[in-house]
Amino acid sequence: MSGTWMTTRAWLLMLPLLVIMVAVIGWPLVDTVRLSFTDAQLVGTAGNYVGFDNYTKMLTSSNFTRTLSTTTWFAVVSVAAEMVLGVLAALLLNQEFRGRAVLRGLMILPWALPTVVNATLWRLIYNPEYGALNAALTQLHLIDDYRSWLGEPGTALAALIVADCWKNFPLVALIALAALQAVPRDITAAALVDGAGPFNRFRFVILPYLAGPLMVALVLRTIEAFKVFDIIWVMTRGGPANSTRSLSILVYQEAFSFQRAGSGASLALIVTLLVTVLAVAYATLVRKTAGSAT
Amino acid sequence: MERKNPVFTAFVYVCALLLAAVILAPLAWLFVMSISPAADLAAKPLRWWPQAAEFSRYAQLLSTAENSAGAAFTSSLRNSLEVAGMATLAAIILAVPAGWAVSRTPSVGWSLSMVIATYMLPPVALSVPLYMGLSWLGLLNNVFGLALIYLTILAPFTTWLMKSGFDSIPREIEAAAMIDGAGLLQTWRIITLPLAAPVVATSALFAVLLAWDEFFYALLFTSDQRARTLTVAIADLAGGRVSDYGLIATAGVLAALPPVLIGLVMQRALISGLTSGGVKG
Amino acid sequence: MLKSIGKTLLGAVFFGGLFVPHAFAETTLNALFMAQAAYSEADVRSMTEAFTKANPDVKVNLEFVPYEGLHDKTVLAQGSGGGYDVVLFDVIWPAEYATNKVLVDVSSKITDDMKKGVLPGAWTTVQYDGKYYGMPWILDTKYLFYNKEILEKAGIKAPPKTWEELGQQAKIIKDKGLLKTPIAWSWSQAEAAVCDYTTLVSAYGGEFLKDGKPDFQNGGGLSALKYMVDSYKSGLTNPNSKEFLEEDVRKVFENGDAAFALNWTYMYNMANDPKDSKIAGKVGVVPAPGVAGTSEVSAVNGSMGLGITAVSKHPDEAWKYIEFMTSQATQNQYAKLSLPIWASSYDDPAVTKGQEELIAAAKLGLAAMYPRPTTPKYQQLSTALQQAIQESLLGQTTPEDALKTAAENSGL
Repeated sequence: MSGTWMTTRAWLLMLPLLVIMVAVIGWPLVDTVRLSFTDAQLVGTAGNYVGFDNYTKMLTSSNFTRTLSTTTWFAVVSVAAEMVLGVLAALLLNQEFRGRAVLRGLMILPWALPTVVNATLWRLIYNPEYGALNAALTQLHLIDDYRSWLGEPGTALAALIVADCWKNFPLVALIALAALQAVPRDITAAALVDGAGPFNRFRFVILPYLAGPLMVALVLRTIEAFKVFDIIWVMTRGGPANSTRSLSILVYQEAFSFQRAGSGASLALIVTLLVTVLAVAYATLVRKTAGSAT
Repeated sequence: MERKNPVFTAFVYVCALLLAAVILAPLAWLFVMSISPAADLAAKPLRWWPQAAEFSRYAQLLSTAENSAGAAFTSSLRNSLEVAGMATLAAIILAVPAGWAVSRTPSVGWSLSMVIATYMLPPVALSVPLYMGLSWLGLLNNVFGLALIYLTILAPFTTWLMKSGFDSIPREIEAAAMIDGAGLLQTWRIITLPLAAPVVATSALFAVLLAWDEFFYALLFTSDQRARTLTVAIADLAGGRVSDYGLIATAGVLAALPPVLIGLVMQRALISGLTSGGVKG
Repeated sequence: MLKSIGKTLLGAVFFGGLFVPHAFAETTLNALFMAQAAYSEADVRSMTEAFTKANPDVKVNLEFVPYEGLHDKTVLAQGSGGGYDVVLFDVIWPAEYATNKVLVDVSSKITDDMKKGVLPGAWTTVQYDGKYYGMPWILDTKYLFYNKEILEKAGIKAPPKTWEELGQQAKIIKDKGLLKTPIAWSWSQAEAAVCDYTTLVSAYGGEFLKDGKPDFQNGGGLSALKYMVDSYKSGLTNPNSKEFLEEDVRKVFENGDAAFALNWTYMYNMANDPKDSKIAGKVGVVPAPGVAGTSEVSAVNGSMGLGITAVSKHPDEAWKYIEFMTSQATQNQYAKLSLPIWASSYDDPAVTKGQEELIAAAKLGLAAMYPRPTTPKYQQLSTALQQAIQESLLGQTTPEDALKTAAENSGL
């Protein structure tokens, strides 16, 4: 069989997938770009060309800068915590102890729980008057009075991050655990004989095996954290005083609540650009780590 | 093992118990709330275990009496099943040929990378034109419209997983069948697909979990019982307008049950799927 | 494996298909309501059942969303060919809905009997620019509820007549150790907070707009926010109020954890129901207080109407349904959680029996109902106000600055 026929056939086999992707993602993306230069409304007027007005308006608004920093903070802290907790849990699960298999099985539960259910669950736990967290902390005498966890700007974002971490660190743990199990026993044994301390063993013997898979998890989680919508929508809707409003929520408000499709589109594209830059930066990093690890 | 130090062993057990508690406590509480009488849930100090378990809320949500709260919930359960089912089926149908093509002809692989890169796009960047497009097609508030959009979330993943699966099937086996005169479809049917069956299953389960979890598009593109999915139904319940926390918890338990069961039963396959994608990515 | 999974999926789809209700009726209407507050979901369902019994050729699909989703759902459904026929809308939306052609003008369908029979305050709910965009359905304002038992224990003879007095009474209750934080409000970052704020604006004689420009940052509008902030900082207000919606307020009040609460009509009979409430029989209700020298009572217009969407293919059946839902007979029958829009109902013993106290408060409160601003850009204005309220409560800015910023961000 000739190479050209192979390639043609491959393209033909890819075709259905590509057609769907172009129709449902490619075209809307192009149309979003067009919309972002108009003052179109969501329903009704098609809108007129307004140049870069939407972009300048959005980029200079205090809402945008504030929301960007909220989102970044959420992403950085939650992803970092998920990575650390995930690796620690994986190291633990890599030890031998009774019930290990069961515990490993349990790890899948938070990850399988739908995001919206997770958000609902934590919203109930954080309830200021009848929530389990307040009850537990007072009964343990850790706090004197019930608190408004989701009602204070100081704790609301942290409360969201905890809820997000709880759902996602097990995934990191499972990925890291699979990688740990690929570390050959004799290597760790050799390091032990060489007198390497636990930290050095982790840093120089184990970490290289973890680096690749962890980087992938890191990239995926960061992108997701940057796009965050569901958990915030259910738990706080961006409150109190907009202290938990993420970029996605801001776009939703602009485009759908206020029905300004044009400026909503420009904002959405700014977010897209940010995520793309992040992803490309990460991808470069992944390639470098992969190169140095092997 | 490297250490038999009893202190270290004790430390491991303490950590393991702690981890188990962290994972289980919120889930257990969700279930306890679902069977606690409303008065127990509003008690101060809080009652951690119901005086009398009541399962009436489950009956209430699963009843199908017309125009009842239960009917609204069961219809969203049905919609979620339909949308996830259709989207998953379609995602596998697209992924098998595409994944095979990329596996056997790596020169077209860049197009799959492009497809996978769409994962980066925040849904808000597509939502306005999609809304207008679906409206034009008459597919707003429609399970088919929603399934079509979900397909583009699922297909990149399933294709990637299928490609990894096909990679591990030696080409020589397929070549042998073709020399014997089998066409492409026949070769797939007799050789490739049976060998790839576990991967197909894993991809399908992944796809179902992804579709079951989706919220943003469902929130925007569905409006009532004809298409509203479970995630939106639960978010509505949790929106602060229902004062029976037990009912909210019950809905959560019911919505979590299918994916959690899938997760538990298919644990090994899911993890190997995750890591094979992860390690090679 | 593949086969069995495929089968399962196919099975799921097929199985699901069996559940699809078969419509025998000739016309199917889709109606959008809100969950909780005012008429309960159960009430709406049984009203609708009565309607379909009387009109067997019409079938009505009911949809309930939280209030917070009502506006967006209505607007988003406009794009779908088979969207809602009948929607519940808040008093603040007719301007936007009329401008964006979400609702149809039904002025020609309003009969003289309706015009005469329905309270004038209710009509403002559905009017914009001299046209009618539906029928008023829920006539509602926020009342001051109080726990009689707690007031008695504190030695307080009568509920407060002014907001200042409310603070003093709350302080007595707090000082006597009866409750740590006696007042509950719904100050979550949502429309609910704007409703509480509006009540106070009306008490202080403030104005939202002057000549189409924001004026809430001056005079009464500013005093209203200052009152909220003072009450919050003094510790008399439950600090969790800033994440409460109406249902949270009700839960706290029914649990006996609040002496005073601002809430809608529906709380009266719910809090008096021993099945859910720990304070049944101890619920007092008066109009929201006034400000000495400025107002006797205060009230926000929190009414809602039923309208026909522009995309409805069955406007006639939809109107028939709306007529039924808003008819005096229906409203009198379900007058426990929401009071009728019809003037003569308030003298009908069938309506007033068992809730004389509420009716007495309603007579004063409904007459004093104060509107939130009428503008197509209301959503944006409200969002800006919600932010201002929360930021001042949290002490992030002063009420003056917060309202100034809100005025700038109001889009007006």
